[in-house]
Amino acid sequence: MSSTTTVTARGATSGAPGGGRSTGAAPGAAMRRTGEWARRAPLLPALVLTVIVTQLPFVVTIVTSFISWNAYYPDRRHFAGLENFQTVVSDPDARKAILVSVTLTLSVVLVSLLLGLVSALLLDRKFLGRGIVRTLMITPFLVVPVAAALLWKHALYNPEYGLFDGLLKLVLGSNAPQVDWIGQYPFASVMFAIVWQWTPFMMLILLAGLQSRPLDVVEAARIDGASSWQIFRHMTLPHLRSYIELAGLLGTIYVVQNFDHVFTITSGGLGTANLPYYIYQTFYTAHDYGLASAAGVIVVVLTIAVATVALRTVFSLFKEENR
Amino acid sequence: MSATTASTAPALRHRKRSWGERSLGLVAWLVGLIFFFPFLWMVLTSFHSEADAATNPPSFFAPLSLEGYRDFFAAGPLPPLINSATASIVSTLLVIVLAFPAAYALSIRPVRKWTDVLFFFLSTKFLPVVAGLLPIYLFAQQVGLLDNIWLLVLFYTVMNLPIAVWMLRSFLAEVPVEMLEAAQVDGAGLLTTMRKIIAPVVTPGIAAAALICFIFSWNELLFARVLTATVSETAPVFLTGFVTSQGLFLAKVCAASLVVSLPVLIAGFAAQDKLVQGLSMGAVR
Repeated sequence: MSSTTTVTARGATSGAPGGGRSTGAAPGAAMRRTGEWARRAPLLPALVLTVIVTQLPFVVTIVTSFISWNAYYPDRRHFAGLENFQTVVSDPDARKAILVSVTLTLSVVLVSLLLGLVSALLLDRKFLGRGIVRTLMITPFLVVPVAAALLWKHALYNPEYGLFDGLLKLVLGSNAPQVDWIGQYPFASVMFAIVWQWTPFMMLILLAGLQSRPLDVVEAARIDGASSWQIFRHMTLPHLRSYIELAGLLGTIYVVQNFDHVFTITSGGLGTANLPYYIYQTFYTAHDYGLASAAGVIVVVLTIAVATVALRTVFSLFKEENR
Repeated sequence: MSATTASTAPALRHRKRSWGERSLGLVAWLVGLIFFFPFLWMVLTSFHSEADAATNPPSFFAPLSLEGYRDFFAAGPLPPLINSATASIVSTLLVIVLAFPAAYALSIRPVRKWTDVLFFFLSTKFLPVVAGLLPIYLFAQQVGLLDNIWLLVLFYTVMNLPIAVWMLRSFLAEVPVEMLEAAQVDGAGLLTTMRKIIAPVVTPGIAAAALICFIFSWNELLFARVLTATVSETAPVFLTGFVTSQGLFLAKVCAASLVVSLPVLIAGFAAQDKLVQGLSMGAVR
């Protein structure tokens, strides 16, 4: 793991002076200045703990991924080489889970970013009760995800007494079409529940970005006759860029790992199992430790590959350093 | 909470508002209400009787009832709530205690290659936690820590540490260099500098980081579900088990969801300005 991390770090800091190179201390050079260890001391507890709890388990996962190991048959445990990886790659469920993870993450992050941007722009203006509206807007983010998923599944989507079908009946009369939301649109059902939860998060970050805008420049542009759209396109959007990237990055980190909504709303059924759910099931229900580990390794490799590419090519976030 | 938002609005925006701008205010209200509505429905349903909660079309004005809450509290949710509070509060405190010195070492007197170290912290967040699930489970099984809340405390601490280091570093980086140099010239020691110069600047940052760590620990489901059982079960785990074991009663589900979300809701509403600051992390400017 540490080697892959280094790759990511190198890519991201390539623009920063003095950045790059490996995380390992260069021998000799490190001893150059006295007090180097005094500087490091405050860092060490956090660093050591993080390495132990995040990297060590992953080493075990890598080792386990080469072992054929089902907890139901402990006697048959043996070294399996790449067998687990072959099984995962040829398993249609696993492939589907990869596809679901990618599409779910992309659609949730894009839709909630867009909705977050619109609501942040609306909330950046002055109007009566702006504080109240902001409070209303952030509420979804503050509902415990499992509770939110239960709310959507039972109180909103339920075909018999859910609010959505109830509203259809209220508006269109007793002959109104009654939709089995989760049954008919399982992917969209999961997606919208997550979008509801994450839009406020995006909105909060983008709102902070909007409020840090230097307004005298905007005002000057307005006096010079720039239209609202021109100001948005050429001043607001470039200023917001790093905030949009930050929101997208953090959103992706959390949404790609979503377990609660998939677990609660569809239990991974109807083609909505994403990778975390697939691994959870392989490990927790099927007790196939080897297979689950192989899937875990694949997820991590994929995530790091995507993150490295994204950070190198798209993001400006880590390129400028302020100190 | 509304007053502080208004205060950040610059004076330059005091222009005469046209009808177009006014209607945008209405649109903002509409969007806010749409996002709030599912939550409002949850609150309303939780105060209805089961019979009134399960009607179609919905009855908005059914008489209020505490049936849902009574049934929820009869199911014994207090131990899980206490477990959740323990895991979230203790891990949040540990995170801050560990992250503050680390952030100091990464910003005020940065160690060599600090960008790499900072990026290492952040890169651990790219690791899908699910990939560490099995080893941590096996470890807990070996040393007898399954169904023990302190294992969750440890895990949540490490889970939130990178974000806290990242946030606090950017808040610490805002301490003006001149102030630090002046303190040094005046002969202030490290502790005095920390207390007199750094602390006042970063208090909002610490509050924001703590709030976010608290929210993420309180909400966590996957590890809590795998690593805990009857004794140390957390509130989200209790919530999932509660619905499957007792069948579906809408008012009860809504009451349960609301009670479990309440600590996060209260903390979030009370400190929403910190939340805005914290999420922007001062990292970008």
